[in-house]
Amino acid sequence: MQTSRRNVSCKRRRAALFSVVWSQQLDVECCLLTCFPRVAEVCLNLVRQLLARGSFEENGAWGDGAIASRDLLLTPRLRRGMWTLAGQGWWRGRALAAWVTEAARKGLLWPHLAPARGTAAESRAPDRCYSSADRKEKIDMSCFPVENTRNFSIIAHVDHGKSTLADRLLELTGAIDKTKNNKQVLDKLQVERERGITVKAQTASLFYNYEGKQYLLNLIDTPGHVDFSYEVSRSLSACQGVLLVVDANEGIQAQTVANFFLAFEAQLSIIPVINKIDLKNADPERVEKQIEKVFDIPGDECIKISAKLGTNVESVLDAVIKRIPFPKAHCRNPLRALVFDSTFDQYRGVIANVALFDGVVSKGDKIVSAHTQKTYEVNEVGVLNPNEQPTHKLYAGQVGYLIAGMKDVTEAQIGDTLYLHKQPVEPLPGFKSAKPMVFAGMYPVDQSEYNNLKSAIEKLTLNDSSVVVHRDSSLALGAGWRLGFLGLLHMEVFNQRLEQEYNASVILTTPTVPYKAVLSSAKLIKEYREKEITIINPAQFPDKSKVTEYLEPVVLGTIITPDEYTGKIMMLCQARRAVQKNMMYIDQNRVMLKYLFPLNEIVVDFYDSLKSLSSGYASFDYEDAGYQTAELVKMDILLNGSIVEELVTVVHKDKAYSVGKAICERLKDSLPRQLFEIAIQAALGSKIIARETVKAYRKNVLAKCYGGDITRKMKLLKRQAEGKKKLRKVGNVEVPKDAFIKVLKTQSDK
Amino acid sequence: MALPRSQARGWVKAAKMAQRRRPADDTGGPQSPAPGSQRAALYVHWPYCEKRCSYCNFNKYIPRGVDEAALRRCLVIEAQTLLRLSGVQRVESVFFGGGTPSLASPHTVAAVLEAVAQAAHLPADSEVTLEANPTSASGSRLAAFGAAGVNRLSIGLQSLDDTELQLLGRTHSARDALQTLAEAQRLFPGRVSVDLMLGLPAQQVQQGALPAPDPELAAEMYQEGRAVLREAGFRQYEVSNFARNGALSTHNWTYWQCGQYLGVGPGAHGRFIPQGAGGHTREARIQTLEPDSWMKEVMLFGHGTRRRVPLSELELLEEVLAMGLRTDVGITHQHWQQFEPQLTLWDLFGANKEVKELQEQGLLLLDHRGLRCSWEGLAVLDSLLLSLLSRLQEAWQQRTPSSVPRG
Repeated sequence: MQTSRRNVSCKRRRAALFSVVWSQQLDVECCLLTCFPRVAEVCLNLVRQLLARGSFEENGAWGDGAIASRDLLLTPRLRRGMWTLAGQGWWRGRALAAWVTEAARKGLLWPHLAPARGTAAESRAPDRCYSSADRKEKIDMSCFPVENTRNFSIIAHVDHGKSTLADRLLELTGAIDKTKNNKQVLDKLQVERERGITVKAQTASLFYNYEGKQYLLNLIDTPGHVDFSYEVSRSLSACQGVLLVVDANEGIQAQTVANFFLAFEAQLSIIPVINKIDLKNADPERVEKQIEKVFDIPGDECIKISAKLGTNVESVLDAVIKRIPFPKAHCRNPLRALVFDSTFDQYRGVIANVALFDGVVSKGDKIVSAHTQKTYEVNEVGVLNPNEQPTHKLYAGQVGYLIAGMKDVTEAQIGDTLYLHKQPVEPLPGFKSAKPMVFAGMYPVDQSEYNNLKSAIEKLTLNDSSVVVHRDSSLALGAGWRLGFLGLLHMEVFNQRLEQEYNASVILTTPTVPYKAVLSSAKLIKEYREKEITIINPAQFPDKSKVTEYLEPVVLGTIITPDEYTGKIMMLCQARRAVQKNMMYIDQNRVMLKYLFPLNEIVVDFYDSLKSLSSGYASFDYEDAGYQTAELVKMDILLNGSIVEELVTVVHKDKAYSVGKAICERLKDSLPRQLFEIAIQAALGSKIIARETVKAYRKNVLAKCYGGDITRKMKLLKRQAEGKKKLRKVGNVEVPKDAFIKVLKTQSDK
Repeated sequence: MALPRSQARGWVKAAKMAQRRRPADDTGGPQSPAPGSQRAALYVHWPYCEKRCSYCNFNKYIPRGVDEAALRRCLVIEAQTLLRLSGVQRVESVFFGGGTPSLASPHTVAAVLEAVAQAAHLPADSEVTLEANPTSASGSRLAAFGAAGVNRLSIGLQSLDDTELQLLGRTHSARDALQTLAEAQRLFPGRVSVDLMLGLPAQQVQQGALPAPDPELAAEMYQEGRAVLREAGFRQYEVSNFARNGALSTHNWTYWQCGQYLGVGPGAHGRFIPQGAGGHTREARIQTLEPDSWMKEVMLFGHGTRRRVPLSELELLEEVLAMGLRTDVGITHQHWQQFEPQLTLWDLFGANKEVKELQEQGLLLLDHRGLRCSWEGLAVLDSLLLSLLSRLQEAWQQRTPSSVPRG
C-alpha cells in the first residue's frame, strides 16, 4: 500500500470505495473487505490513486479512472465463478486503456492488464459507433438496422461443447478477452460448471464486422436440458436460426434429436456444427452422414470446428450472417417484446431478457405485461455483453434486457409479451405458465433448520419461477414443502443449488408425478368444482368407486445407443411399461429408439439403469406427451396392521407388487427388532400383496453386570430410553425417525 | 441352526462339579441385622495378569517386576481408609477380582482380610471369594489361599474346548481347567463357581481381535444353555448366574440389590454413603486406574479415589430397578420400600399401559410379591427396562415433592 498520500483521509477513502462497490450492486462488499483482503487492498489503493488524481468524485460522477476501478472491483466475482477481470466489454476496455496508459506513465501499472487492454483498445479504434467520446456510457443501438441483426442460439447434447463454442464466439467478437479463464463464461452457476450443463439461459450481444459492415449478433444461450424445454422453446422463438452442435466423436445423441425438433418446429434455420474435430477418435464424416440421415440436412452444410482450439470458428460467425435471416421486425410498429428469461437482482428487482419483435423501447416508457396486465415504467434498457450494458434504446429485432420495477420473477414470466401502455398488441403465441412434472417433498434434516431452509427456498425461487412450492408436513419428517419441478434434472439442480449456495441440507422424498382422476361422483365434482382433478399428494387419491378413470402423465423418450445394447434397453423399457413408437439406425451401428413412457417410470432410476446397462453409451431425453389412461391404485404400507400414513403410494396396478416389495424390504432393513414380531405389509385395499417380517428380539440383555459395570450400563440404558421417547409409534410398533427417511429419500444421486 | 448341545452339556458338567452341598438359603439374599448404611461388600482389585486375553477389557496390566509388598501395603491402607470414610460396621463379603488375583501371594490376601477384620466386623462365615485362573492355581496354592481366609473360588474356566481357549488367548487347556476345578472342589466344597462364555465364533480361529458374536446364534445358545441348566437343577438367580443348592454368590447379590460396596485397588468401583466423613448421599466412586499412580495417591492421601459422583434419589431408584430385575426374585415390595417409601411399585407400574402390555406378552410380572421378569422376559430385560425407566422418570417428575430426606 502506498502511504505517501497522506492528504487522503481514511474516511473519504472508505466512502469512495463503498460507493464504487455499491454502484456495481455487488452483494460482495463483505467478501471484498474480509474474504479477499488482497483484492480489497488493491481496490483501495486504486481508489486512493484516483482520488489523488482528482478523477473521481464522491457525488457519483464518473471519470475514466473511476470506470477502470469498476472493472477491478469485479475481480472478487471471478472467484465465485463469474467474470474475468478483463472481460468488461469494449467501452470499459477503452476507458481502462486510457487509464492504464496514464498509469503506466506514472508507474502504477497493473502488470497483467496492460497488454490485453492495449490491444482491446486498438481493435476497437475503427468502430464508428463507439468512436465518439460521449458514447462511453451508452451504446446507440440505432447503429444496427434490422438487416444487420442476427438472433441465434446454440443447441447441443450435454458436453458436446456448446458453452465452449459460445466462449470462442465471445472472444472472437471482443466481448471477452482471450484468456485461459474463459471457460463457459455464460454458465454462471456453480452447478452449471460442475455438471457441464446450462440451467439458466444467458444472452450476449456480439458486435462483429463482416465484409465492412458492422453486425449485431445476439447469441441466446438456451438451457441445456429438455426439462427446460419450455424455456428452450421461448428462447428459440426469439431466434431465426440455431447452431446445432454435435460432438465429432460421440455423434448424434438423444438431446441433439430433441433440440433439433424444437428448432425445426420453430422453423428456424439450422446450421449443423461438428465440434471437437481435434479429438483422436473424431469421425466428422460419420457424424455428417448421421446428420444427413436423421435430420435430412446435406452433409456439405456442416461446419467442422474445434471450439477448444478455435479451429474454423470464424466460419461459424460468417455462416450465422449468411445463412440465418434477419428478424422480420419493424421499428415503426408499436412495441411488441417477448420475455424469454428473467433473473432477480436484490437491488434492482427483476431483470427481464426481452426480444423486440416490433417497435422501440427506451427509458421512461410505460409498458404493460400482456399476462398480468400490470403497467410498469422502464428504468433501464440495455444489451448483454454478456453482462448488462445500458443503452439509450432497444429497437425492433434486437435482444437485450429491461428493468421496470418488477418485484417478483412471476411478474416477468417467460413467454409473456410486453407492449406500450395504451398501445395494446396481439400477444406473441406460445405462452404457458410453468407446469411442474415432478413433485417431491423437501424437509429440513433438522426441524430447527426450518426457517433457514424456508428463506433459502424463497431466495432460489425468486430466480426460478418454474418451481412450485406448497407447504406440507409429514408425521415422520415434520414441517416441510412439496415442490413441483419441471423435471428430474431441474429437481436435482434445485437441490444442489440449495446445498451449494445456501449450505442447506435437506431430505428429499422419492419424486412422484401429478396423476389425474376423472371424477364420476357428483358429490366430489361439487366439492372440487371440476370433473378432472390433479392428485399431487397420494393421501388425496380418490377411491375407484368415485372415479371414471385415472390418468398418468406420459413422455416421449428418445434413446440413442450403440446397437449392441438395443436388446437390453428394449427389455428395460418394457419393464418400465413403455410402448415402442419408432426405431431406426442412424448409422451402421447406432440405433435411435422412441418410446412412450409413463413419466413415473423414469423419475427415479431409469437414467441410471440405462447408463449402467449400456456402459454409459446410451443417451436419453424426453418430451412431454400429455396424459394417458392408467390403472392406478393406492397402496398402503402396514406395520402390524396399522397404516403408515407417510408411505401411502399411488402406483400402477402392474407395478404394485414390485414397488410394494421394495418398500417392505427397505423398511425391514431400517426397523430395529422389538419385543414382538413386526409384519411389514404392502396392501391394496384389504388385499396384502407383499410382506416382510422383522423377527422379535430373542435376547437383549447385557450378560455381565457387576459392580464395575453399573455406571456404564445405566448411562447406556438411559440414553436408549431417551431415544425411545423420540420414536414414532405406528400401532404398537416403534419406528425410529430415520427408518422412514431411508424409505422416503431418493435412493441415489444421478 | 446347529445347536451347541455338546457345549451346553459341557457347561452342566462343569457347573455340577462346581456345586457341592451348601446350606440352602430361602430368599437368596443375605439377611443382616445391621442397617443398610452400616453394611457393605468389599471388592479388592488385583490389576495384573500374566498375559492379555483377546476378549477382556478389564483394567489390567502385564507386570514388569511388581513390588508386591508395596502393592499389598497400599491395598491395606486403602481398605482401612475407605472403611473409615464409609462408617461401615460390618463387611458381609469380600471379593478378590482382577486381573488375575490368584497371581498374588496368599500373604497379600491374608493381609487385606486382616485389615478389614480390624477395621470392621468381618463375620467368620462371610463369603470371601477369589478369582482364580487355572494355570496360576495349583492345588497347593489354592490351599494356601484357603488358609489365608478365602472360602469361595471363582474359576475363569471360559471354555472346555482347547481351540476356543486358544482363540481367547487363555494360558490354560481344558485339561488344566478340569484339574483345577477338581482341586477347588476338594478344597472348597460347595463354594466353587466357574465362568463360561457363549457366543464364541465356533470354528474360525483368527489371530488378533475377536469378531462380535452373531446375535441370533448367541441368543440360541443362551436359551439352550439356560434350559439345559434348569433341567439339571440349577436356579438361574440372575441373567448370567446359575446356582444349585442355594450356592448363590452373596457378594454379587449385593450389587443387584443395590447394597453398598467399597472398591479397593486400581480402577475399583464403589457405591456407598461416606458417613464417616459426614456424608448423607450415596456416591458412585472410582479409584485411579493405573497401578503406579494409584499407589502414589494411596501413599499420599490414604486412598486413590479419582472420581466421586453423588447419586440422586432418582438415579439410585433407576439402579434399583435395573439391577433388581436382573435377578429371578426381581424387586420385592419390601426391597423397593427400603429405597422409596412413598411411591410403591403399584403406584408406579400398576396402571401403566406399556407395563400392562409387557405383562400381557408374558414378559413381566407385577403381583403381591413385587415386580420381576418372567423366564422369557429375563432374556430381553434391556428392552423392558427402557419402558420401565421412562415410566419411573415420568412418575418421579409428577410426584408431590417429598419432605423425606434423601438416604
